Amino acid sequence: MIPEIGQLCLVIALCFALVQFILPMVGFWKKNIILGEVAKPSAHAQVLFLLLAFICLTVSFLADDFSVLYVANNSNTALPTPFKVAAVWGAHEGSLLLWSFILAIWSSAVAVFSKSLPREIVSLVLAVMGAIAIGFMLFILLTSNPFERLYPIPIDGGDLNPLLQDFALIIHPPMLYVGYVGFSVAFAFAVAAMMTGNLDQKWARWTRPWTTTAWLFLTLGIALGSWWAYYELGWGGWWFWDPVENAAFMPWLAGTALIHSLAVTEKRGLFKSSTLLLAIGAFSLSLLGTFLVRSGVLVSVHAFASDPARGLFILVFLALVIGVSLSLYAWRAPTLISNVGFKFFSRETFILINNLLLVIATAVILLGTLGPLVFTALDLGTISVGPQYFEIVFLLPMIPLVLMVGLGMHVSWRSMQPNSLLRRLYLPALLSIIVGILAPWWFFGASSFLTAIGIIVGVWTILSALLDPIRRVFGKINRISRSAVAMQVAHLGLGMVVLGITVTSAFSIETDVGLKPGQSSTIKGYNFRFEGIRETFGPNYQATQGVFAVSKNGEDYTEMRPEKRIYRVRTNPMTEAAIEANWGRDLFIALGEPLGDGAWSLRLQYKPLIRFIWLGCLVMALAGLLSISDPRYRKS
Amino acid sequence: MTPRNQRMVAIFAVIIGVSLSVSLVLKALEENINHFYSPSDVVAGMPTPDKEFRLGGLVEEGSFIRTAGDLTANFIVTDLKTNVNVQYTGVLPDLFQEGQGMVARGKLSSDGIFIASEVLAKHDENYMSPEVKKILEEAGHPVDSPLPTKAYTD
Repeated sequence: MIPEIGQLCLVIALCFALVQFILPMVGFWKKNIILGEVAKPSAHAQVLFLLLAFICLTVSFLADDFSVLYVANNSNTALPTPFKVAAVWGAHEGSLLLWSFILAIWSSAVAVFSKSLPREIVSLVLAVMGAIAIGFMLFILLTSNPFERLYPIPIDGGDLNPLLQDFALIIHPPMLYVGYVGFSVAFAFAVAAMMTGNLDQKWARWTRPWTTTAWLFLTLGIALGSWWAYYELGWGGWWFWDPVENAAFMPWLAGTALIHSLAVTEKRGLFKSSTLLLAIGAFSLSLLGTFLVRSGVLVSVHAFASDPARGLFILVFLALVIGVSLSLYAWRAPTLISNVGFKFFSRETFILINNLLLVIATAVILLGTLGPLVFTALDLGTISVGPQYFEIVFLLPMIPLVLMVGLGMHVSWRSMQPNSLLRRLYLPALLSIIVGILAPWWFFGASSFLTAIGIIVGVWTILSALLDPIRRVFGKINRISRSAVAMQVAHLGLGMVVLGITVTSAFSIETDVGLKPGQSSTIKGYNFRFEGIRETFGPNYQATQGVFAVSKNGEDYTEMRPEKRIYRVRTNPMTEAAIEANWGRDLFIALGEPLGDGAWSLRLQYKPLIRFIWLGCLVMALAGLLSISDPRYRKS
Repeated sequence: MTPRNQRMVAIFAVIIGVSLSVSLVLKALEENINHFYSPSDVVAGMPTPDKEFRLGGLVEEGSFIRTAGDLTANFIVTDLKTNVNVQYTGVLPDLFQEGQGMVARGKLSSDGIFIASEVLAKHDENYMSPEVKKILEEAGHPVDSPLPTKAYTD
């Protein structure tokens, strides 16, 4: 009964989405503002019924109702309860339900927090979001119904993929989706602006906090995914340029450009066209990401079921969204010319170049991600694009970009004398060059050109971001506005990420060894002695645990216990690496397989500064939080 | 310079910059494309010498040899028509098993052994990479649905 109620709720939510889309659009057409008024209550009703549908699916999971196909495929009586809840979005059907639910939450939030906006705009924004909701709910009901029944009813379920039985994976998909779907708000605002022809600085101020919120969740989602891959999947790798990662990274890059473009549109009334295009681009890339991840065209942990009908549906939907919005843009853009100017040496120029480089980076990643698909579709054979491609073509625009971030932060709007900038920044610049050249030799006894560049750029960004706060502490300047603090914190995070990536890429030590009990291996002053293995148990798995005594420079340091788990239902072995982390470095042991004579193959790793990568992302997300807390956004 | 000349210089600079970067990107792309070959393709001489490619197929039953305590493993990858000897030194992925599909990245040595630099993991015990599936189908050995069929009714 419960699954049927869930499905009914989904259908009712679809009906409300239809109302939310059609009536305001008709109202706009007929200049009848009353029709637009139904958008808000429809959005609230939609979120209510999707919540009910979501609860129904969760209840089916908690009650081990294996008559539901989706539950039977992704759960098991022995699965711990938190993972039963997480399994709701652990596979295709449920994750789409989550997508729709989050979209409804965003719509409802727009309806609640837009009291100060013109009613016409709000109802149009909600109508556009309704249209997207219709597409996704139709997709669920027609191709991917999570409430589908199964007969005969199996005694037990097929279990959640053991890779997904993990804390980070409980929260990774919701975070990522909140980000993905959040760009629909910016998209809807852009479409509404094009329809009304009203795109002024006030419009940009309404759109900014929504975009920043989406961006901050996407930042967290990507960081979580990378962290999870590091300790669970990747044997110590943290980014693979896997198409699925690129699918989340491209909207992030476009979204980052959008945030900057919006800032210029709000402060100076410029860059209107690029703001619109970036809003369309960020959301289209989010949809493309969903398509890539969920259609099964890619070989990946995320795409278990491949069904051409699903792929086709999303592709048509994507074509509609991009086609309609770009046509609207082509029709309306010529009316959006701004007549204010700016000098070459101004913040506007820096942001323009920043956005250009971000778009280039997005384009080359898109090329490398879609290239193999096109190649296969044209029947030219099966190819893949190696990670080196992405490393090269991503670094090329990124090095100048990050270099300019440190400068651009201190450049004023309209115009500035380069000399006054030079006076302020020569000290941090000098300092970062010295650190970049000397630090690698001091800490690691080696360096290279690219490493020095990476460290210089990272330290430069960090120092430049901290410059104004430091000057404030010494009373050299007065109050720093909330938005300026948020900007500085965000760039501080960026600098940390750059530093972390550079140092961990340049100085990580990774060795595969075979050890017998009693034997040991040493990397970077840490000695790992293999004490032996023992058997342990978890709730739904049994594990072989390796015990390692770690000593540093001859003194006992710690004990590490990597595991090899066998889950009872899906009997594939899973590697649980042991990680010993602190601010400066990670020690990492992964247990391979028995080599005979009691010996085991092992992967030992030393990863300097790797935590800075995720910590930097957290700092960036914090900056997003600071930015949206700016009281300026709550004034009407 | 007159404004007109300035504009011309700017346009030329942009054209040169764009074409330089496009050719750089295409070169990087060309150098890092890994083709995917089956054992039959390899024996037919399709891979370019000294260029990395990906090899896919099944690990032949009973072919896995590893000296006790040594990390170097030798095994045969087959598409059930032709075989290729593979050598890999290092930790193998969790789901590597005889009789199962696998994909490896590496180069051919002069004596025809595929030296793998990376053996790719699958993500699910029932999952077979579509590429490996296609190879087996082309060699006349279609594989059944790779998904846990017990719960899939349609």
